[in-house]
Amino acid sequence: MSVAVLDRPRSKAIARPAPPDPLISMRAVCKGYGSGVTRNEVLSNINLNLRKGEFLAIVGFSGSGKTTLTKLLAGLEIPDSGEIVMDNEIIKGPSQERGIVFQNYSLLPWLTVRGNIALSVDRVFKHWSRGERRDHVEKFIEMVGLSHAVHRRPHELSGGMRQRVSLARTLAMKPNVLLLDEPLSALDALTRSVLQEEILKIWEEERQTCLLITNDVDEAILLADRIVPLNPGPNASLGPAFSVELERPRDKTALNHNETFKGLRNAVTNYLVAVRQKSRDDEALASEAPPIELPELQPRSLRVPRGRAG
Amino acid sequence: MNWRGNALKFCDVAGLPALEPFVRLLAGEDVKEQLKGIAKFVVLPVAAVAVFLLLWSAAARTVVTDSMQLPSPTDTWTAGKELFAMHSAQRAEDLKVKQEKTMQAVTLLAQANSVTKQAESATGERKETLLANALVLKKKAVQAANYRPSSAPTFVDQIITSLKTVFVGFAIATLIAVPIGVLCGMSPWCNAALTPFIQIFKPVSPLAWLPLAFLIIVWAYSGTKPGENFFDKAFLISAITVSLCSLWPTLVNTTLGVASVDKDYMNVARVLKLSWSQQLFKIILPASLPLMFAGLRISLGVGWMVLIAADMLAQNPGLGKFVWDEFQNGSSQTYARIAFSVIIIGLIGLLLDRIMIFMRNLVSFGDPQAA
Ligand SMILES: Nc1ncnc2c1ncn2[C@@H]1O[C@H](COP(=O)(O)OP(=O)(O)O)[C@@H](O)[C@H]1O
Ligand SMILES: [Mg+2]
Repeated sequence: MSVAVLDRPRSKAIARPAPPDPLISMRAVCKGYGSGVTRNEVLSNINLNLRKGEFLAIVGFSGSGKTTLTKLLAGLEIPDSGEIVMDNEIIKGPSQERGIVFQNYSLLPWLTVRGNIALSVDRVFKHWSRGERRDHVEKFIEMVGLSHAVHRRPHELSGGMRQRVSLARTLAMKPNVLLLDEPLSALDALTRSVLQEEILKIWEEERQTCLLITNDVDEAILLADRIVPLNPGPNASLGPAFSVELERPRDKTALNHNETFKGLRNAVTNYLVAVRQKSRDDEALASEAPPIELPELQPRSLRVPRGRAG
Repeated sequence: MNWRGNALKFCDVAGLPALEPFVRLLAGEDVKEQLKGIAKFVVLPVAAVAVFLLLWSAAARTVVTDSMQLPSPTDTWTAGKELFAMHSAQRAEDLKVKQEKTMQAVTLLAQANSVTKQAESATGERKETLLANALVLKKKAVQAANYRPSSAPTFVDQIITSLKTVFVGFAIATLIAVPIGVLCGMSPWCNAALTPFIQIFKPVSPLAWLPLAFLIIVWAYSGTKPGENFFDKAFLISAITVSLCSLWPTLVNTTLGVASVDKDYMNVARVLKLSWSQQLFKIILPASLPLMFAGLRISLGVGWMVLIAADMLAQNPGLGKFVWDEFQNGSSQTYARIAFSVIIIGLIGLLLDRIMIFMRNLVSFGDPQAA
């Protein structure tokens, strides 16, 4: 088994300007759920700097604590120890500056496409006039290409369209920091690649600071400036950062033949495979009992799927 | 969307799957499939009803004592028609009397006017007598115009009273149960405090509540004269018994609905920093409406069931009292009329249930449930 990939990858000797100041930094953050015997340590000793204007991707297996990490950054969860600092202020709760796109869209089913987006716009820009807010909503509906579906409710939309609404809802808040929690994982491959390119286009126009959670290495390389792997939990910590030295604007089809792309993809994938193997070996060593091969499955949601039940 | 999509959506939301195959058939969809649907939703139920009627007829021929007999379907139908005929006759009669009274009022008013005119030209004592006469005539005219026929309530009147009672009771129950349910759903402490009461009172039968409702009404009405009150005493007793029984499903379901609002929706609210009232009205209430309406539906069903018993006991003029009075009077028509009332009570219950399903489906987007 190769452990060499676990070492920090030798960075190419390119003279780079000093990295810009971090906008958000996580310092020695630990987070777990429950207490006593049911205690479940999810993240431990997370140190991460999110630089201003950068696109950072975090890749990891499901169940490793990626959603927990996003919620910590959003302020929806508070670290058990350590601190998360944004603009020299400790994050103590959610803020409209940090827009989050939830893994399962979280659209309000009783509101139309426009209603869902208007809910955040009306709230964030309450000092604007009614007309200004309406124009703002329309602009973002158009940006994600849903002008033909403004009156539909979420259950009448396909998965891709729902994700567009969710994206538009968050983008319309004009957040400084964009937190995308596996925005495309639930979509089919075709829709996924279309939306990847749209996200890329939108981001290249605005260049807000962006954190993308994903389990797809290709997607991470296509979109991000830096890729940080999240080691498998429990007690997940972050792996070494991989810089993505690819020219922007990037083109998905051209990248497929790019040597840097291929090399990076292999490096990240090998790293992930190796850490998972290592964590399994550790687990096997820790428990006296013979290791049980658990299937790589995790329930994503226990809710009954929407639609006609019976 | 085209007419077909809309029609299918309506079938779905209204909880009327029986109509779906017809819509699809009209639209020219696969005929065999639709015929199967029609067989299942239309032909089969009709056949089942036919079998039931046959069994009923057979039973009517068997269950016979010296003085009584189980009414056959035809007897029941005849009795029902008669009840409605009696209602129409009564209405026609009332209308005639009312018209007569109106005519009378008009003549009286004319007389009063002419007397007033005479009074204008007269002087002294005569003028005063004339004016007094005019006043008396006017009063009589008003009385005649305000005449309300005071005939005994017909079967249809009883149905209407019953519906009124159940709606008043249901409205009281809703006004009490929904706010308390929202409170319990939002605060686990509140819920823990109220759970013992809910669990103890929920299974209590209306017959046990009724004397207490009676006591409360008598207390509230003590010192007032019968004519002064907006509601009749018996009516209120029935309505309150209905409320006390139909409170619980709404309360329990509202609590559940509010407590189980999707955490993700609450996260959306938190990121947007919605105020407490915005959270309540924009997120929590809309999200819990489907469960709340499911509770309201059960409540209305329970209320309608309880009402019949409450009417019987409180002697509130409604369907329950109608059944009871028929039973006491014992004419040749008695059992046929009671059988007919049973069917009407069932049909109204069905209708109320359908309305509640429709409302429930209106507020549960993308998740309509039939039945
Ligand atoms: N609210 C919660 N309460 C208890 N355990 C949780 C909660 N949220 C997540 N977990 C647990 O934390 C671990 C990481 O979950 P999550 O952050 O959702 O992972 P990922 O997004 O990478 O799939 C899982 O084992 C999950 O069961
Ligand atoms: Mg997740």
